[in-house]
Amino acid sequence: MTALDHLVIAPIVIPTIVAPLALLAMRRRRRVGVALSLAGCVAMLGAALALFGVAQDDAIRAYPLGGWPAPFGIVLVIDRLTAIMLVLAAALALVVMVHAVVTAMDRKGWHFHPLFHFQLLGLNGAFLTGDLFNLFVFFEVLLIASYGLMLHGQGAARLKAGVGYVIVNIVGSALFLIALGLLYGLTGTLNMADLARRVAALGMADQGLVRIAGLLLLTVFALKAAVVPLHLWLPRTYTATAPVVAALFAIMTKVGVYAMIRTVPLIFGAGAGAAAWVPAPWLMPAAVLTAIVGFAGVLAARGMREQAAFGLLGSTGTLLLAVACWTEATTAAALFYLVHATLAGAALFLMADVTQRRRGPYADAAVAGPRFAGQQAAGLLFLAAAIAAVGLPPLSGFVGKLFILQAVAGTPYWWILWATVLGTTLIGVIGFARSGSAIYWKADGADPVAGPVRSRADFAAPLALVALLGVLTLGGGWATAQAQAAAAQLFAPHRYSLAVLGPAR
Amino acid sequence: MMSLEFLIASAIGVLTAGGVYLALRGRTFQVVLGLTLLSYAVNLFLFAIGRLVVDRPPLFAKGVTDHADPLPQALVLTAIVITFGMTALVVVLSLRSFLESGSDQVDGIADGRDEGDAA
Repeated sequence: MTALDHLVIAPIVIPTIVAPLALLAMRRRRRVGVALSLAGCVAMLGAALALFGVAQDDAIRAYPLGGWPAPFGIVLVIDRLTAIMLVLAAALALVVMVHAVVTAMDRKGWHFHPLFHFQLLGLNGAFLTGDLFNLFVFFEVLLIASYGLMLHGQGAARLKAGVGYVIVNIVGSALFLIALGLLYGLTGTLNMADLARRVAALGMADQGLVRIAGLLLLTVFALKAAVVPLHLWLPRTYTATAPVVAALFAIMTKVGVYAMIRTVPLIFGAGAGAAAWVPAPWLMPAAVLTAIVGFAGVLAARGMREQAAFGLLGSTGTLLLAVACWTEATTAAALFYLVHATLAGAALFLMADVTQRRRGPYADAAVAGPRFAGQQAAGLLFLAAAIAAVGLPPLSGFVGKLFILQAVAGTPYWWILWATVLGTTLIGVIGFARSGSAIYWKADGADPVAGPVRSRADFAAPLALVALLGVLTLGGGWATAQAQAAAAQLFAPHRYSLAVLGPAR
Repeated sequence: MMSLEFLIASAIGVLTAGGVYLALRGRTFQVVLGLTLLSYAVNLFLFAIGRLVVDRPPLFAKGVTDHADPLPQALVLTAIVITFGMTALVVVLSLRSFLESGSDQVDGIADGRDEGDAA
């Protein structure tokens, strides 16, 4: 194996090394710890981009850990979808980390930097792994880190929401294990590629059980993705936590969506007998409801953080509308929108942070308050982020929604999907216009806030996210081609099995 | 005669039922107990997916040809470790939440009797 082959494991190794080093350095020399942490983020982005370049040749690469051959050992697999997710996670992490350092949010507690990197370790591992039990382990890693990050900065409200968040996820983990147990009991393997072959070869007697296992697995992923009716944990958690942490968590719901996109076409795809596309009839109505509930929440939200949390929910719903059609074209549209929605959601949270730091006692509440420093610039940035989040031209949300509308046009219930996407967009526009005009336009005539924040350095991170969205818009053709190529790989599951296991015996 | 399968299955069922009931209660202590019962049930279930066999070694023993499936045992070990850590975390968290908010309700809202104390 050459060094390039070992690059596959770099997104897991880098945070594994950086996190404990940052933990050690933070006690004595804070600056060294912060520098290490930032360098780790940059290195991770570099590794992800390199892997993205490697995946451009359309080959699927398997990396057997410890040299154990595939069905017995654990493999990491890099294909186009994984590469896209790695780049997205690394880019978002770098921006969020810069914002946390600039706003000194990382000094509110001891362990922000180590937890942040453990979170990335879990994310990258979940994207890379080719083994279902290993996916469970990486889910736990990212959850444990997220519990710590979610409570970062403390406070009673955060602790209350934290208890609920942890309990929901522990129950989710229990369901995950039951689904894994069923699948292992039926097939005798947990390697995804091997599962794909063995589920297709199951006898008649086991068809009912494999359907149950598939639905349980998808329930767990739907819980992580916060799909209605499993969404109740999300608004409370994301509103209570620090906005900069919530911005990183924008990708956490997308991990659930990623896991669906990864497992369903591969294991429960066309060849799976009675379990073929088993979640489809359930996921579609749930996605419609998620989009509606999310954007209704955007309209009803009392503050910017709550609004951003519901916006995230709505974007997951819109995303799953396309995913739940389970065709190559709709999956390509979903992948493009996934990248966009993650960045746009994070931008909204960062804008909430920028605004609440300047408004003093008014914080992020969507009511008219006194004027504050940097109001115009903040208002313009919020406008850009909101335009992206609801999907108005000219930013990539519009391109993404258009792509989804076009892709679902051929499906039987296209008019429901069109009505949902267009209707929720309108509701979202009204919701963001209401809060934006209250916060940035109206003034209640009181004396300007003499806020402690004068520097505009904290505009950099949301500006960077909006710039990334701009790049995604201008490079729309290229990004679309990337999404289509990734979807084409996903809908040729035999290529995945071939890459991991070799030719069928 | 009661078979081994029936005993294990009913034990898992009873543990799950108790766990779900307790996990739906309002106070954190009961919820923690419920989660613990639920994780016992899941661990037993994982242990049983390798099929129930008697007198077979998991890895190697001289002169034995039939082996039990060792993988579920490895899986259940991982699951136990993770659940143990999670349970410890949720105990600490609910304790902190109780100390900060003066209420041991899961949703953090004090019930009628405690309202005077919390205010």
